Amino acid sequence: MGNDYVVPAIVAVTLVTVGIGFYGLRLARTTSDFLVASRAISPTWNAAAIGGEYLSAASFLGIAGLVLKYGVDVLWYPVGFAAGYLALLLFVAAPLRRSGAFTLPDFCELRLGSRRLRILATTFVIFIGWLYLVPQLQGAGLTLATVAGSPYPVGALLVAAVVTANVALGGMRAITFVQAFQYWLKLTALAVPVIFLALQWQADARPAVTPPDGPTFRTATTVVVEHRATLTLADGDIREVRPGDELSFAAGDPVPEVSGVATDAADWLLPSAAGSDDRGLFGTYSLILATFLGTMGLPHVLVRFYTNPDGAAARRTTLVVLALVGAFYLLPTLYGVLGRIYTPQLLVSGQTDAVVVLLPGAVLGDGLAGRLLAALVAAGAFAAFLSTSSGLLTSVAGVISTDVLGRGSVRGFRLATVIAGGVPAVLALHVSGLDVSQVVGLAFAVAASSFCPLLVLGIWWRGLTDLGAAAGVLVGGGAAIGAVLVTVLGPPLSGWPATLTAQPAAWTVPLAFTVMVVVSMATRRRAPADVAATMLRLHTPESLRL
Amino acid sequence: MAKQLPDVGSGGAVPPPRRARIVLADITRQDTRAERTRAELAQQTQVGEALVRGLVRAQLALALRLSLVVVIGLGGLPWLFAIAPSLGRTTVAGVNLPWLLLGVAAFPFLIAVGWAYVRLAERNEQDFTDLVQRPEH
Repeated sequence: MGNDYVVPAIVAVTLVTVGIGFYGLRLARTTSDFLVASRAISPTWNAAAIGGEYLSAASFLGIAGLVLKYGVDVLWYPVGFAAGYLALLLFVAAPLRRSGAFTLPDFCELRLGSRRLRILATTFVIFIGWLYLVPQLQGAGLTLATVAGSPYPVGALLVAAVVTANVALGGMRAITFVQAFQYWLKLTALAVPVIFLALQWQADARPAVTPPDGPTFRTATTVVVEHRATLTLADGDIREVRPGDELSFAAGDPVPEVSGVATDAADWLLPSAAGSDDRGLFGTYSLILATFLGTMGLPHVLVRFYTNPDGAAARRTTLVVLALVGAFYLLPTLYGVLGRIYTPQLLVSGQTDAVVVLLPGAVLGDGLAGRLLAALVAAGAFAAFLSTSSGLLTSVAGVISTDVLGRGSVRGFRLATVIAGGVPAVLALHVSGLDVSQVVGLAFAVAASSFCPLLVLGIWWRGLTDLGAAAGVLVGGGAAIGAVLVTVLGPPLSGWPATLTAQPAAWTVPLAFTVMVVVSMATRRRAPADVAATMLRLHTPESLRL
Repeated sequence: MAKQLPDVGSGGAVPPPRRARIVLADITRQDTRAERTRAELAQQTQVGEALVRGLVRAQLALALRLSLVVVIGLGGLPWLFAIAPSLGRTTVAGVNLPWLLLGVAAFPFLIAVGWAYVRLAERNEQDFTDLVQRPEH
């Protein structure tokens, strides 16, 4: 890719991020400034910051790639990512803010008064945080390799270093401004190019998204395969391809059928049907459950709620976030759909995650507009990596500094940031071939099976005990982690075992709730004596100042 | 109550002193009752406990009712598409219905539910505040 605007755009985003970070540094003086921005941030800033932090590589790149590859069934990803905020609003936002806890482990100790549960929660926060950080860094490496031709480790290490330095030096007050800026950058970086893409599509006489004979190459294309696959060529030949293989197609050639990809128009266009595709239906419901309930359990999402002044503000902030995030999620689908027409070679090469960054060049050509828009999209993608990694890093570092290092000092927080950023950077260099969206989906499943039941039952049910909570988190969260490890490290599975481990939420979430309730009822005597006072604090409005 | 007393009293024939006394007594009683309710909440007496339980139950019922709306409205879709495949082939303005519902309509729907929740939850809290601050209602 000879686009000389991409690197300056990425450098500009990085410099602005660091610049705003230093602007915030002058304001950040105390530990409280670092961790929760002294709780002095307005709902609008806070909502844009939450949105900016939440829209990760999976949202910016992954959704469009999945839509390109699988079609209508994966639209549940954006719907679920947005609906997660509704579940958070309905069940968690205001009471959690009123609990006055800084972090998830804080909430465990406040509600159930157990040090051991606190340690368990700390472990899960760190696990989920790192599980979510690794694909962000990987996405950065892959994107920089795609658009600027740099070696893979450069992008990953660059993002890790910038984010670690920024969080360590500025803390959360700084990243609140950074995140808010990055929300608007990400929205612009998808919204402006899509207008030009749609106009070009009109000018091209509206080529069909699903032509009756299947997708075809619009121009002569040479594809370098990135992922092992089985292709069925137009003349019926079946061919195994491996990474590095080169295939050439002339303009107008049909796109070969690729194993594991919805190449067939009906597969892509229509939802999975009962009877013929029960596993698809199970996977869909599992995905819905994981994304709807997982958002509330993500550590970088929760930590933001402590920056609201009171419970009512936490609710209003969440509603604004829902609107901001919902507006953003209208866009990636369009990229996936247009990618079907203009970049079908990604189906063959397996690099579907690159559709967002490659589409402007593919549709608009190498002219000035095409190159500028491609640079804008690349900048937005980088904003996505930087902001989500910053949020994750802040929350993981906050937990490490208070619970593992046991110091509340600014220096402790900085040390914790370096630890929290270093580990996933090393992992990202050594683990390759993970699918960005799938790993993020697994992080949601783990969060939905551990922290979601803990929060919901802790907030609404007086009968929850420390043993019940610990058992539920261990069994439900443990089962989800097991499924993650089998999926990522284990042998390739097929049939139901593959579905049950790739989309575990539909069985691990009910399992976690059941274990938590049953064990709590069996250990009823251990329910904390101050539960009535806690309930009073969680649910009554602050205006009464009881 | 305060306004009914004069009516009851008007049946008798003792007009002059009653008005001032009742108003004064009413004000002091109101204050002490509100104070007592706050104290009951803070000290977790049975009355205070019942008040908080009522609030928690009302908020939980609200949250569950609205999540039921989402479970039916969105959660029903995969099942609906699965049992009625013709629905997936229906097109509106050239776009298949599932794409429109999931790609576009789902987001305003979620925002509307969230907006309704914020309003109703704040009303529940206002009712609770009124109950604590004006206990004679």
